[in-house]
Amino acid sequence: MTLPLITIDDVSIHYPLGRRLIGTPPVLKAVDHVSLEIPKGSFVGLVGESGSGKTTLGRAILRAAPITEGRIRYSDGDVDYDVGSLGKEALRDYRTRAQLIFQDPYAALSPRMTVRDIIAEPLEVMKLTKSREETDQRVREIAAKCRLNLEHLRRFPHAFSGGQRQRISIARALVCGPKFVVADEAVAALDVSIQADILNLLKALQRDLDLTFLFISHDLSVVAHVCDYVAVMYHGQIKEQAPTRQLFANPGHDYTKTLLSAIPSLDPDDRHRARVYDPDA
Amino acid sequence: MSLLSVRDLTIRFRTDEGLITAVEGVDFDIAAGEVLGLVGESGSGKSVTAKALMQLNGKNTVYDPASHIVLNVPGQDPLEVLSLRRERDMIQVRGGAISMIFQEPMASFAPAITIGDQMVEQLTLHTEMGKKQARKHSIEMLDRVGIKEPDKRIDQYAFELSGGMRQRAMIAMALSTTPKLLIADEPTTALDVTIQAQVLDLMRDLVAEFGMGIMFITHDLGVIAQTADRVAVMYLGRIMETGPVREVIRNPAHAYTQGLINALPKLDDLDAPLTPIAGDIPSPLERPSGCVFHPRNPTLKPGSRYETEAPPMTEIAPGHFAALFPEDVPGQP
Repeated sequence: MTLPLITIDDVSIHYPLGRRLIGTPPVLKAVDHVSLEIPKGSFVGLVGESGSGKTTLGRAILRAAPITEGRIRYSDGDVDYDVGSLGKEALRDYRTRAQLIFQDPYAALSPRMTVRDIIAEPLEVMKLTKSREETDQRVREIAAKCRLNLEHLRRFPHAFSGGQRQRISIARALVCGPKFVVADEAVAALDVSIQADILNLLKALQRDLDLTFLFISHDLSVVAHVCDYVAVMYHGQIKEQAPTRQLFANPGHDYTKTLLSAIPSLDPDDRHRARVYDPDA
Repeated sequence: MSLLSVRDLTIRFRTDEGLITAVEGVDFDIAAGEVLGLVGESGSGKSVTAKALMQLNGKNTVYDPASHIVLNVPGQDPLEVLSLRRERDMIQVRGGAISMIFQEPMASFAPAITIGDQMVEQLTLHTEMGKKQARKHSIEMLDRVGIKEPDKRIDQYAFELSGGMRQRAMIAMALSTTPKLLIADEPTTALDVTIQAQVLDLMRDLVAEFGMGIMFITHDLGVIAQTADRVAVMYLGRIMETGPVREVIRNPAHAYTQGLINALPKLDDLDAPLTPIAGDIPSPLERPSGCVFHPRNPTLKPGSRYETEAPPMTEIAPGHFAALFPEDVPGQP
C-alpha cells in the first residue's frame, strides 16, 4: 500500500478578526478540521461556493497559507515532507514539486515579458538549469506539450486570446517538472468553446507527465467530467467526499443535493424551484 | 406590433486601429411578457446590442444609418430610440420604459449612498411619486424580491448586503418604475449556483406578475433553457440562430450552436467527451469575411461559399431561423 501523494490530516486554518483586551479574540475559521487524501496520479476535485475555504485549503497545501492546526504531508517516493514545517532548502525543493495554475490568464501573465521569458522565469528564479541553452530547451519542450508554437514564444501576452494565455500559464506552472498541481478555477474565466479545450489539455498532460491534480472549482458539471474523486466544501468543512460517479449518482449530504439541483438544466422542460440548504436542518 | 423591434442593427466603434464592427445586421423582436435569451461568448456583441437599446454605448460608437430600434409602448407613439439625440430626451427610455440590471451589483450601486436613497431618487425622476411615497414603494419592492426586514435594509449601503441580496435589491430597483422592458445583462454570472437558482426563480415569478418583456443576456445556455421563451445565439456580432428555446436547444441547425452545446459538460452523461470548438475567437480587428464563423466551422469544405458570402437567415421550422444558405438546411434533399 503506497502512501497518498498528499495527506491532509485534520487541518484548520484560522484568521484572527481584530483584537480583544480580555478573552480570546474572534477568529474566522476559513478551514475547519478538514481531512482529505490525494492519491498519486489522481484528479481530485474540490468544489464549493465563494467563501467555502476551497482556495485557502489549496494555498495551504502549497505552503501559501498558514496552517493553524493539523498536518499536511507530501510524499512522492523521493521525499517525504511535513508541509507546515519545511526548512528553507526543503521549501525551495518543494516549490519545484508542487505548483499552481491561476484562474485569470489575463492577470497572471506580465504584459512586459515575452512568452519565452514568462515560461522560463520559474527555472531561472529557482536556478534549475545550468545554461541558457538548457533553459530554452526546457521551455520549448513544455511549450510544445501545451500546444504552443515556437513562434508564439517571441511574442507578448497581449497578442493572445484567453485560451492561448491559459496554455502559457499552464506551461509556466509545469516547466519545473512538478509532480503535484493545484488548478484553482483554471477554466472559470474562459468561454465555453475554449473551456473544453483546456480541460482536455489538462487531462492529456496529467497522463503524459504523470501529474496529480487538485482541481478547485465552483462548477460541478466541469468537475464531474474531469475528476475521479470529489470533495464538497461548505463553510470551511468538507461535507462529503466520494468517487465522482458515486457522488453524482447518489449524493449523500443535503448540501450536495442542493448544489446539484441548482445547476441550470439544459432541458427547457426541466424547470424546478430552487432548493434551499438549511445547515441546521 | 411587438414591444421592441430591432432591425438591421449595425454598430461600429471608432478606435485608433480603425473602425471595428461589433454588431452587424441584427434583427429581433421582444413582445410584452416574453423573455428573449441572448446567448454568446466574449466579443459576440450581446452587451453592445443591449446598451444600444438605451444608447448607453460610448461616444466613439457609430450606428449605421440603416439601423432601427423601435419601442412600442401601448398608448404611446412608436419611438425610434436611435433618433433621440439629447440626453434629456433619453430619460423616457433610460429607467423609464427600459430598465437594466447588470452583472456586478456592487459596481452598479453607488457605494456611499444608501440603497434607499438611490431607489427614491430614480422614482422621483421617473414617476409622479413624492419622496415619502417613493420610500414606501421602495420598501414594498424590496419585500417583493424576498429581502427580509426591508424597512431596515433600505437604509443600508450596498457593501452591507451579501451578493445575492445585492442582486435582489438591484432587481427591485430596476422594477420599481414598472418598466415595459427589462434588460438583464449576465444578472447571475457573479453569483454562486445556489443563489443563481433563487434569483432565476424570482425573475420567472416577476415576469408572470408584472408582464414586462425581458432581454436576458448570458453566456450560459443552461440559464437560457431555464428562463427564456425564445433564444438568439450570437457570434462575432451576428445572430447565428434564433427561435423558440426548445427548438434551438433540441434541434440546433447551425454548426456554432451545435458546437456550443457539445462543448458543455453535461451531468447526465459523464462519459461523453468534451468537444471544444476548433480554434479561437478571432480578434475584432481580424473579422472573417462571409459567414463570421466559417474559419472555425469543421463541416465546411475549402472553397465553400460561406468564406465569401454572408448567409441569410433561413427558416428551418416555424419561427426557427439559422444563418444558412437554403440548400444547407437540415432535412433538405
